[in-house]
Amino acid sequence: MVFQLLNENGLCNYYTMESNPGISKKNSPEAKKFDFLDDESVTTRLLTFNSPEFAKTLLFIPSIHCSSCIWLLENLHRLNPGVIQSSVNFPERKVSVTFSPSRTSLKEIAVLLTAIGYEPKLSFEDLESTRENSFQKSLYYKVGIAGFAFGNIMLLSFPEYLAIDASSQALKTIFGWLIILLSLPVFFYCSSGYFTSAYKSLRSKAINIDLPLALGILAFYSRSLFEILSRTGPGYMDSFAGLIFFLLIGKIFQNKTFDLLNFERNYRSYFPIAVTVKKEGIESSVPLSKVSIGDRLIIRNNELIPVDSVLVSGAAHIDYSFITGESELIQKQIGDLIYAGGRQAGNSIEVVTSKNVSQSYLTQLWNDSALNKKLKGQMATFSGKVSKYFTMVLLAIAFGALVFWSFTSLSEGLRAFSAVLIIACPCALALSTPFALGNTLRILSRNNLYLKNTTVVESLTKITHIIFDKTGTITRHKQGIITFEGATLSQTEMSLIKSLTYNSTHPLSKQIYHSFSGSAALPATLFTETEGAGIEGFIDNRYIKCGSMKFIQATLNESTFIEAPENSDISSVYVSIDNIYRGRFLIHNLYREGTDSLFAKLRATYTLSILSGDSPREAARLQELTGNEVDMRFNQSPYDKLSRVQDLQKVNQKVLMIGDGLNDSGALLQSNVGISVSEDILNFTPASDGIMEASALASLPAILQFAADSVLAIKISFAVSALYNIFGLYYAVTGLITPLFAAVLMPISSVTVIGLTVSLTTFFARRRGLRL
Amino acid sequence: MSVVAVLIGFSLIVAGGFLGAFLWAVKSGQYDDKYTPSVRILFEDKTTTVNNKNEIRQNNSKTKESS
Repeated sequence: MVFQLLNENGLCNYYTMESNPGISKKNSPEAKKFDFLDDESVTTRLLTFNSPEFAKTLLFIPSIHCSSCIWLLENLHRLNPGVIQSSVNFPERKVSVTFSPSRTSLKEIAVLLTAIGYEPKLSFEDLESTRENSFQKSLYYKVGIAGFAFGNIMLLSFPEYLAIDASSQALKTIFGWLIILLSLPVFFYCSSGYFTSAYKSLRSKAINIDLPLALGILAFYSRSLFEILSRTGPGYMDSFAGLIFFLLIGKIFQNKTFDLLNFERNYRSYFPIAVTVKKEGIESSVPLSKVSIGDRLIIRNNELIPVDSVLVSGAAHIDYSFITGESELIQKQIGDLIYAGGRQAGNSIEVVTSKNVSQSYLTQLWNDSALNKKLKGQMATFSGKVSKYFTMVLLAIAFGALVFWSFTSLSEGLRAFSAVLIIACPCALALSTPFALGNTLRILSRNNLYLKNTTVVESLTKITHIIFDKTGTITRHKQGIITFEGATLSQTEMSLIKSLTYNSTHPLSKQIYHSFSGSAALPATLFTETEGAGIEGFIDNRYIKCGSMKFIQATLNESTFIEAPENSDISSVYVSIDNIYRGRFLIHNLYREGTDSLFAKLRATYTLSILSGDSPREAARLQELTGNEVDMRFNQSPYDKLSRVQDLQKVNQKVLMIGDGLNDSGALLQSNVGISVSEDILNFTPASDGIMEASALASLPAILQFAADSVLAIKISFAVSALYNIFGLYYAVTGLITPLFAAVLMPISSVTVIGLTVSLTTFFARRRGLRL
Repeated sequence: MSVVAVLIGFSLIVAGGFLGAFLWAVKSGQYDDKYTPSVRILFEDKTTTVNNKNEIRQNNSKTKESS
């Protein structure tokens, strides 16, 4: 299908581009799916620009994954002549499509994209808001300007340092004015962020690192300005511009964002944009926001029920794993209430809505007043704590110097005062945190843990209690994957095995039983189950055995033998019929590999607990895997999970919640650090502080240790920069500081701190065995 | 020595030009996506006709005017 489409349009190069391009599309294209794009009110909100001849839209396509994708998607205009241009933003997995509405429509484009395997993901949320990235842009502007000013001011200051041609007073004046001119934008534009932040911290009476920084900047600038204007000296403008430049670079480093991920998702991202509404026998697609109470909705296989509603026709088998974590299907009778968030499995059903979207059970989790408050108890960061004392000591010394020198002369006192503020300007302090934590963030992302921002790293070090969700977090989402190895089984043989396993309650038997569809169970006679070995019995006068290799081999005819190697991650169940070996079932473990060692490692330092929405049927197996100290609670509703976290926080526990589904979302928000686990990070994940790829779960102990290490790295670099400050302060207090001295000391201390923090964090990561 | 002042003036103008170029690059979105263009430049577009290209260019300028 894809090939045909491409071939017709002479895009055959696609398959020669890379040896293995393309994930083949998983779902067959359903044009119906995009029916809602016919609705004008939906499309106008999806279009960033709209005119009769010309329209532009930005589509999120998670399946973009290689350079061939870029090529194919940028050649859309050859697949659909109505498309004028399309351009891909690979890091964000977005395609910007420009098309002419008179020749094609948004729906046609969406269907075409789906047909070639790039289904655009359109969610309710997209209609509500767009993300801003102007902050990042203004940071680039600031760095550019500060760097420009830094270089040029330094150039203009050289003659002064080297005392070249000191006689030419006129030249000195010109240089002085040029320097002032260059420094204006640095002071008024580039450093403005520090002043606003310092002002805010003063108003909220919580001193942060920006306050001493702003003081230093102010002292730097006013003293330099005074010196240049009064012709008493050359000022420190180069050090000043350099300081701002380094600080801003630190900010960029710290703000490395993962464009791809969205940490702020709420229920809106889970819901479809539109639903099928049946009115007077006519089906039509209606945007979700327009659905009102009493509407008759048609929910097809695998569609999400967006609103609490009542079943009116069809056989409803609802998968609530999204909400409760319980993966077993729940059957509903006509007239039953179905909560929003359930997913229909099977044929289409019809429901009548009983509530508005925003009043459904599920959505109320978010509208819960407890969650609307700014809940994260702001944990004091290390640099925040230090800067409080730092500011006080700094001010004490500065005023001390002022008073002391004022006995000699007031101007001398002011000079010493400003010199203290300049030299002690905590630039090294302010640099160490962003660089250390920025680097930590980068290293963690290499290990498939993506944190929202750098403060999460510090919060991770204070954790005392870790809560795991069960389904989807320590177990895989799907039931264990079952494959059969051996000669293909006939229909009767399958029904024999199914019938035998029906009699056993062993988890492996249950899984094999569920893996066969159809064929009803036949009665088994002489059924026996041997603990730890297997099951046997006669069905239809045939003798069937399922179990371990030894169990089967004991009665096997000599002509057949088993030559299958064992694998510890996969459980194998061997099958023989009438004493002839038929093959074996390979059942991949339901629990993620390394779960036992994960718990064993974490047990030493943290209190652990498991909150599961599931029934306690696997409690024993879980206990065996995780150890006895783990507190396990089953049948937990989303609210139970949330209140459990609150209870723990009341007794001063710092909680790390690790969960996956919507059912954990409340707990993820409430916890001190909430990390959502996902098999595929591009999938929907609830709002959280971090997103972790499931494969990284095993390295959680190392990650937690590494977080503590990075804070240690900050402390070490704080100590080093404090040494610089004491050294510089000595000169400042005694009034010996010169511009050249400042110009040399400032960059040296900054560069040492940057180098030290980055190399320390990298070193620690290597020691913890993390990928770099 | 006053020639130095002139030279400094020139050097500032040149440097300012580069600063302007950088600011323009940020403004026009060249720093929004730092990966895709590096791949895009390697694609051949044999089959794209001249007409097609012109059309694209025209439409590009249209968006800029209108947005």
